[in-house]
Amino acid sequence: MSKIIPLSGNSAVAYAVKSADVDVISAYPITPQTTIVEKLAEFIANGELDAEMIHVESEHSALSAAVGASATGARVYTASSSQGIALMYEIMFITSSLRLPIVMTIATRALSAPINIWNDHSDFMAVSDTGWVMMMAENNQEAHDDVILAYKIAEDPEVLLPVVTALDGYFMTHTIEPINVIERDEALSFAPKRKTWFTLDPDKPITIGALGDPQWYSEFKKQQYEAMKKSREVFEKSVEEFARVFGRKYGAVEFYGDENSEIVLIAMGHVVGNVKAYLSKVRIANSRVGVLKIKLYRPFPEDLVVRYLENAKIIGVIDRALIPGSASPGPLHSEIVTALRKHGVSSKTLSFICGLGGRPVTHEQISTMISKLTEFKDKPASELPREPLFIGVRE
Amino acid sequence: MSKALTIRDLPREERFAPGHRMCQGCGAAILMRHITKAIPKDTIIVQATGCVEVTTTLYPQTSWMHPWLHIAFENAAAGASGIEAALKVLRRKGQIPAEKEIKVVAIGGDGGTFDIGIQALSGMLERGHDVLYIVYDNEAYMNTGIQRSGATPLGAWTTTTPVGKIWHGEWRLKKDIIGIALAHRVPYVATVNPAYLPDLYMKISKAMSIKGPKLIHAFSPCVPGWRYEPALTITIAKMAVQTGIWVNYEVINGVLNVTTPVPKRKPVKEYLKLQGRFRHLTEEEISNIQKYVDEQVAYINKLAGKEVIGPVEA
Repeated sequence: MSKIIPLSGNSAVAYAVKSADVDVISAYPITPQTTIVEKLAEFIANGELDAEMIHVESEHSALSAAVGASATGARVYTASSSQGIALMYEIMFITSSLRLPIVMTIATRALSAPINIWNDHSDFMAVSDTGWVMMMAENNQEAHDDVILAYKIAEDPEVLLPVVTALDGYFMTHTIEPINVIERDEALSFAPKRKTWFTLDPDKPITIGALGDPQWYSEFKKQQYEAMKKSREVFEKSVEEFARVFGRKYGAVEFYGDENSEIVLIAMGHVVGNVKAYLSKVRIANSRVGVLKIKLYRPFPEDLVVRYLENAKIIGVIDRALIPGSASPGPLHSEIVTALRKHGVSSKTLSFICGLGGRPVTHEQISTMISKLTEFKDKPASELPREPLFIGVRE
Repeated sequence: MSKALTIRDLPREERFAPGHRMCQGCGAAILMRHITKAIPKDTIIVQATGCVEVTTTLYPQTSWMHPWLHIAFENAAAGASGIEAALKVLRRKGQIPAEKEIKVVAIGGDGGTFDIGIQALSGMLERGHDVLYIVYDNEAYMNTGIQRSGATPLGAWTTTTPVGKIWHGEWRLKKDIIGIALAHRVPYVATVNPAYLPDLYMKISKAMSIKGPKLIHAFSPCVPGWRYEPALTITIAKMAVQTGIWVNYEVINGVLNVTTPVPKRKPVKEYLKLQGRFRHLTEEEISNIQKYVDEQVAYINKLAGKEVIGPVEA
């Protein structure tokens, strides 16, 4: 049976990796991820986990070695943050294109410069186009559960894509919560180890990573696209089964509050919890406010997003990353606007940029955002600000 | 040293299929064919991006009868580390039969090894993975069209060290990749040359029998990059050894053994004049290169403890 123990977010992740009985861990230290692999090293050192740990000399090699190990048929895990993720960027594309079901945790952190070890979503958003399935947790229990879900989805023969499970640096990685730990037998019965992908086998020698010229490249890419699409179905089936087995229900998106709310705030990660806490504290007169949490970022669950947003008058999107020069400098806002537009929904949106480089998203800031949304709720779309609104930032 | 192994003693079985797109006379093609003769059948190969990679695996064809993986340019050693680690744990967990021994070989060019892959290589050597790393050294970035690398020799013309009014070819010395490997205290390091195939076969077989990280540095003449006629590949490879600019040797646990002794050396000019990349060199520049070769030879002789490579014959 499961047991409940107090764990930091990083430990919660490490316990899940242990329960998934991974074969190879290839990782390089970086704050705030480091304590995940420290914990895993401890498990191996104590004989609690039988795995090879490759003490690589960089994140680039961390993911490269993970690719080698996965191509050999091992269940592989790695984790990183910020600059480490940036250094892996090249190999992230290759991992998804070689269709290797590696699971990687991103303990999210700001990107340099200025160098900053604290939390935002710069790293996560920077790799959102690398072809990985990507999930972000709201709390430590979810960060724990996501690892098990990730192997289930990644290794599904209809998917075979690498998966990112993300949790917010410090706010979650170094914060202790009670965790219902999934035990090894439970994890392996939910996400059994099956060799569903092509591997380097001397008895059946194959060439992996061939040169694809213009005659073939597009077909490879199309297949990858189809696999990503398929991963959504597999995600839905997996969370359903997960709820049946473990009693915890997750969705690609999750809505809190009245589904007919005129105002909806959209957030990811631990900030979702902040918004929920704020709303339960303050019952706002005359204004029903709902919160939409985006858990699954790739593939982006646009259908569900639209379903929850089509009745809203105005939508506020909290972005904790910034892409200067983009049509929408908030990357999540960009996704939301695209989804609405694609489905012909004309709800107004406001883009909020806040919580960069570890600055907490406070109740005061959330209150400011709701005021802004209330202010523009009944105004014509032509009066909406064209620029994102920086919340809690000095002029 | 093996006793009188000849070319006729090498295995007839081919595991490097013809029909690839390597140049006529390519030194690397000869190397690949004979590497696959020398390594056990149950060997996984990881290849860095480069000439050999792009010319042998144009989808849906492949020249490789071994399980073969290409990830990127700078990480063949890291990929090989991952494969080796996976093999270890999968065997321990009963996923691979205990009696089935699977080896790992990483192959990269000089760019992928001396330059962009040096960090991954250092990591692989330092961590002690049971992998043989083979660098085929054609002394420049040939795949992208002859740009200088850290392995480009003194004086060589390349497209990024052109010959002009101010520049006169490469002005820096070739990086000492063997010295770098030896600094990692690895059990086996060797040099091989396609003009000496029994020697190559013997060294690769030996490397595969030694546990731990190994590095083999292979001389790899390049027809378009070195600017010579395809028929001259072996002549040039042989001349490199006869002039002492290339020495065939191995270092086993730190002890150096020259496997192709050269009692009397030819002047390095004999090697240089066969190749268009050295055509612009002045007598003074050639004598500078000769001086560099003399120093290298003296260094090897010192490590060998005797004069295995003799003086330049008059």
